[in-house]
Amino acid sequence: MTQHSQPISAAPPLIELRNVSCGYGGRTILEGVNLSLPRGQVLALIGTSGGGKTTLLRLLGRQIRPTKGEVLFDGQDLAPLNEQQLYAVRRRMGMLFQFGALFTDLSVFENVAFPLREHTNLPEAMIRDLVLMKLNAVGLRGARDLMPSEVSGGMARRVALARAIALDPEVVLYDEPFAGLDPISLGVAARLIRDLNDALGLTSVIVTHDLHETFAIADRVAMVANGRIVAQGTPAELQASDDPLVRQFVNAEHDGPVRFHQPAPPVGEDFGVGA
Amino acid sequence: MNSLMGFFGRIGAATRGETADIGASARLFVQLFLRSGTALRRFRLTSDQVFFLGNRSLSIIGVSGLFVGFVLALQGYYTLQRYGSAEAVGLLVALSLVRELGPVVTALLFAGRAGTSLTAEIGLMKAGEQLTAMEMMAVDPVRRVLAPRFLGGIIAMPLLAAVFSAVGIIGGWLVAVPLIGIDAGAFWSQMQGGVDVWADVGNGFIKSLVFGITVTFVALLQGWTCKPTPEGVSQATTRTVVVSSLAVLGLDFMLTAMMFSI
Repeated sequence: MTQHSQPISAAPPLIELRNVSCGYGGRTILEGVNLSLPRGQVLALIGTSGGGKTTLLRLLGRQIRPTKGEVLFDGQDLAPLNEQQLYAVRRRMGMLFQFGALFTDLSVFENVAFPLREHTNLPEAMIRDLVLMKLNAVGLRGARDLMPSEVSGGMARRVALARAIALDPEVVLYDEPFAGLDPISLGVAARLIRDLNDALGLTSVIVTHDLHETFAIADRVAMVANGRIVAQGTPAELQASDDPLVRQFVNAEHDGPVRFHQPAPPVGEDFGVGA
Repeated sequence: MNSLMGFFGRIGAATRGETADIGASARLFVQLFLRSGTALRRFRLTSDQVFFLGNRSLSIIGVSGLFVGFVLALQGYYTLQRYGSAEAVGLLVALSLVRELGPVVTALLFAGRAGTSLTAEIGLMKAGEQLTAMEMMAVDPVRRVLAPRFLGGIIAMPLLAAVFSAVGIIGGWLVAVPLIGIDAGAFWSQMQGGVDVWADVGNGFIKSLVFGITVTFVALLQGWTCKPTPEGVSQATTRTVVVSSLAVLGLDFMLTAMMFSI
């Protein structure tokens, strides 16, 4: 926390990727990715499906290891850590999964209490207060007694967010936080991500397709395509970009550098007509 | 030539795959013991599982035990009365249940009732990214989720086998004494005289303990390694029943053979 007293420019980045490559089963997903994120910022990773955004997010929590390069968290390379050291790092991270990943056998209250019960020996009264505070922050103090099966998709994600921030992490990783939400829930979720980031002094990484919401709340946007970061900058810079791929994505054009058609034999050959 | 190489290549790949699977299973098996500290320290986690696994299986175990006892008494009487020793039917029922049928039938029923629910539970937790979420919260799912269930299953199985045998003996009494009219004193005293605590009850207990380890481990392994999709979970549930039933029957033969030689 001492870094906050230093000027932002002098502070080392909290998250840094140096020349990271990654792949599974001989297939390369990411190649030579460089990325750094200072404390306190909201970074959005956008890009086509299967482009490597989620892989990038998994690298940050070391759910997977890079085949080449380094993933640094607060200056520490994650790859060589043993389980105990890794868990110590993960206690400083929160992660929000695409569909919340709430524990279906526990109530909303117990879901948020779970990390507190596992990692602290706080008395029950204090756990109760902490859980209700976190639930209040996401607007769901009134839903404490519901089971995960009884809440809507948007609410489940807010509960999961309360759970992710239960131990006051430094970083929150969001995997597609807006997928499948109605417009109201979507706006609520986006506002919440920004507000929590600023109020709790978090650093946030969002993987998403929802450009409109993302551009409204992100400090920086990085576009991932074909295993590389093809563009990064402020939302305004990306919107003004004249890179054809970025333009196609930002303006949702149906054809461009990302082809509408899968590569295929010539039309004439497939349909038996002289072309 | 190419097809020959392909043939050997496939054999090699299959062998490697199987060996890797066996290795991963063995690793999980060892880890379940090494990482059971949390399940023992916070025994509530384990006792909850004993309750869930045991209590949910109690009705099917009780009813099956009763009917197996009925049938054993009828069939035993049919054979024994030819030799004029119908009073020994109590001994026959008790020995069959305690040594053999109690542990084995309980294990088979436990695989179908509790094993499948364990596999489905773990598989669905995996499919819903709950296990990954737990890991990202710096909580080890092997310690927190698998180990308590493993211990719970190991504790529940001998208890259920005891209930099965006890209910079965009552069933045998119901058929032999009130129905057939065998002397109650002969029924009970032959049983009391002929059943040894260590050789019979003890061996049955060891069997049910081994079956408890086997069935619970297979169920957890199938859930832990299943494909995180609806089809994957349903296939894993089926495999739990098939694999653990065959393992129980195979182990039963080996254990019985070993116990005879002692």
